[in-house]
Amino acid sequence: MKYTPQDFKSDQEVKWCPGCGDYPILAAVQRAFPEICETLGYTKERFVFVSGIGCASRFPYYMDTYGFHGIHGRAAAIATGVKVANPTLTVWQISGDGDALAIGGNHFIHAIRRNIDINILLHNNQIYGLTKGQYSPTSKLGKVTKTSPFGTVEHPFNPGELVLGARGTFFARSLDVDMKLTSEIMLASARHDGTAVTEILQNCVIFNDGTHAGITGKAVREERTIVLRHGEPMIFGINRDKGLILDGLQLKVVRIGEKGITEKDILVHNAQETNPGIHMMLVNMQAPDYPVALGVIRAVSDKTYDDNVRDQVLAVQATATIKNVDDLLHSGTTWEN
Amino acid sequence: MPHKIVDIKDVVIRFSGDSGDGMQLTGALFTDAAALLGNEFSTFPDFPAEIRAPQDTIAGVSGFQIHIGSGDVHTPGDLCDVLVAMNPAALRANACRTKPTATIIVDSDAFEEKRIARAGFTTGDPVKELKLEDRTVIYAPVTSLTKESLKDSGLDAKAVVRSKNMFALGICFYLFNRPLQTTFNYFERKFAKRPELIAANKKVLQDGFNYAGNIQAIQNTYNVKPAKYAKGTYRNINGNQATAWGFIAASEKSGRPLFCGSYPITPATSILEELAARKDLGVKTLQCEDEIAGICTAIGAAFAGNLAITTTSGPGLSLKSEALGLAVITELPLVVVDVQRSGPSTGIPTKTEQTDLWQALYGRNGECPMMIMAPHSPSHCFDAAFWAAKLAMEHMMPVMLLSEGFIGNGSEPWRIPQMKDYPAIVPPLVAGDDAPYFPFRRDEKRLARRWALPGMPGLMHRIGGLEKDNDGHVSSDPLVHERMVRERAAKVARVAEFIPPLKVIGEQEGDVLLVGWGGTFGHLYSALKELQPGKKRVGLAHFDYIHPLPKNTANVFKKFKTILVCELNNGQFASYLRNQHQEFCYHQYNKVQGQPFMVAEIVDAVMKVKN
Repeated sequence: MKYTPQDFKSDQEVKWCPGCGDYPILAAVQRAFPEICETLGYTKERFVFVSGIGCASRFPYYMDTYGFHGIHGRAAAIATGVKVANPTLTVWQISGDGDALAIGGNHFIHAIRRNIDINILLHNNQIYGLTKGQYSPTSKLGKVTKTSPFGTVEHPFNPGELVLGARGTFFARSLDVDMKLTSEIMLASARHDGTAVTEILQNCVIFNDGTHAGITGKAVREERTIVLRHGEPMIFGINRDKGLILDGLQLKVVRIGEKGITEKDILVHNAQETNPGIHMMLVNMQAPDYPVALGVIRAVSDKTYDDNVRDQVLAVQATATIKNVDDLLHSGTTWEN
Repeated sequence: MPHKIVDIKDVVIRFSGDSGDGMQLTGALFTDAAALLGNEFSTFPDFPAEIRAPQDTIAGVSGFQIHIGSGDVHTPGDLCDVLVAMNPAALRANACRTKPTATIIVDSDAFEEKRIARAGFTTGDPVKELKLEDRTVIYAPVTSLTKESLKDSGLDAKAVVRSKNMFALGICFYLFNRPLQTTFNYFERKFAKRPELIAANKKVLQDGFNYAGNIQAIQNTYNVKPAKYAKGTYRNINGNQATAWGFIAASEKSGRPLFCGSYPITPATSILEELAARKDLGVKTLQCEDEIAGICTAIGAAFAGNLAITTTSGPGLSLKSEALGLAVITELPLVVVDVQRSGPSTGIPTKTEQTDLWQALYGRNGECPMMIMAPHSPSHCFDAAFWAAKLAMEHMMPVMLLSEGFIGNGSEPWRIPQMKDYPAIVPPLVAGDDAPYFPFRRDEKRLARRWALPGMPGLMHRIGGLEKDNDGHVSSDPLVHERMVRERAAKVARVAEFIPPLKVIGEQEGDVLLVGWGGTFGHLYSALKELQPGKKRVGLAHFDYIHPLPKNTANVFKKFKTILVCELNNGQFASYLRNQHQEFCYHQYNKVQGQPFMVAEIVDAVMKVKN
């Protein structure tokens, strides 16, 4: 069956603020899903969108798929239950930075550790929007908000670092404004077996406007971000004249054509490398010394939790003598009266 | 002198020692032997929270009480006829649990000066200090005789000393004329790959048995005849195992796969363990990162169409409160098992109580009524779990099952039922061609919504924690909200039409109606038996269904002059009854000691009622 983006739009009125970064993300997802279905042979009834609480978490209401709007922080746990209960479903979790990394931090890291086959879209606007402007676990140190009138005194999480630290098999990053890249990553995420986390740097037009402007602005984006693609050299810049090399144990930005550097010297991105060393350096790149890494940074294959659960059940059942409840009740020591 | 065999109707034995002395196993093996001899029995494992508390201290004493009889065994017994005390601390901790006529068997090797002092005795003579001189005390050098028995076994010193519990068990087997074969069979199964352990354990057990036959201290031995059971195949079962199996049975009857999301917590953990072992029947268990994930994975699994359960105890239930509300508002089938323990907070984690009733009834935000059930004995946990699952699925709602540590860990013989005798479970699943689907439209009979499973074409819908109208659209309309609140409450209330009426045991009308719920049934029933026939006309109404109450509750209550509500808390059920049926006056008998009732306490409470 051939779908169009329209097929994934529900009849519900979208109620985000005008100009919210969630709009282009929703559009990118609705644009990506027909391609996902076509490429992977899916029909749309297999999709389940699960969310927690927050602006981003209203997402499931806007998708014409199965949807579950949960409670704050628990989206990963609910999504895990859906997937283990019925592994033939394709599960997408939508969470904001507060939902996934503050109140839901525990479920987030454990879902990743288990490598449960779900896709997590992490809308990172570095602020609490729905409660009207308090700092989040990704707010920059010193950020002034309603609950940090003198600036925060705590260090933010880098979501990618957290994913790799929890032994994640897939991490990607995109920008709300780059719908093409987001759609491309959605397909990669759908293809990946295991927990696939995509961080989307998202603007909150009301409470944190422009927080990502330093890298997302049209004028600076080419210079301050690098889109990584597996097997391709790590080149960026408006003139595609900058690249990354390994200098000792550090990444280093170099200019192609200067100091004898040619394209051959530039690192080639290997998303499938199991050793997370380079991936960790890539997710940690920050301005002004480095471009912010976008695209699929890590995608390594490993057995998923839901596959392991299924395999264990099948293996035990193959040799089991207990086939039904009557057998079970009569197992072990019994006696006649 | 040949000993005399005396027939007795029943006997209560308590094995006690350090928490590393193997008393739980000793008790379990005595239970198995009693079961195969056809005795009725009821067990009460009573152990500390610490795995290995400091040796020879009161805090480290672990006990296992078993009541065996040829009939009418409904509790593990108030006081014991035989106490086995492996050290001075065990004697001190359990002296108050012995009958004046009791026989006490002590490991005399353990009664050294230092160890006596560690148990808190101030003199060198614990028996005198505890005023136990009237009891028959048998001083058996269990440790040294075990060492002697196993000196050629090749086992290391530690393993040898660890076998002393089997020597003590041998003594008890002699005292009650039990054959050793059942226990020998256990050794052969347990140590199939360690023949040296089979031989050693058999030898110690036999030597303990022989030792008891050779000493003059034991003049009489006792025989407890088999009980008159209804014909059938029986097994021993504890409450947590029965709970797990009841859910598996409901899964088989409904065709819905069983999913359990849970986090280990005393005394509920063994339900998760039992389910985790049942991959052969396709059970999926997820040991989660926390209690909240336990219930939230279960809610996800329910949305996806599984029979979803989560298991916990009091503090864990507190953590699940918010998600319970989510299950109520999404109207998904879910069973939450709370094996209650002593609280508040961590309380006394291994001790039993009925103190979570208010939490179950009222512990959520918003108007959030939930169905609540309570099993009344270890084997009844099977039926209670089955019915909780059936009602949850057929009425599309979460159900709370309030079990207790006492029945969760306790065991009794169970006549194995046949699954063909259990009713079908028919959840209101939506067929694929039923579109359009409106998630919160209800059937008239049960007021249940229908269950549309993700993966089916044409039924795409979205539910969640936000209030919705019957068509499934998010709504903050004041009148829609009020209507949905009332519909959800009416749905729970409607269950009263589908549950059995309250039964009265004993007098159907009269002076005192004993009222109880949950795991106290055995004690209340035994008290009733003791009180009948008597001056007072006494009946017993025991509630398996707490919310909603059976429809005939008021009709039962009005036939008695006095209603005496007995529970292991400060009066939570009595308070609930006052709220539900205000026309009656409720008397209370309460105990909050982390221990089950004693039958004598209930009898006494009834006698004190002034009619």
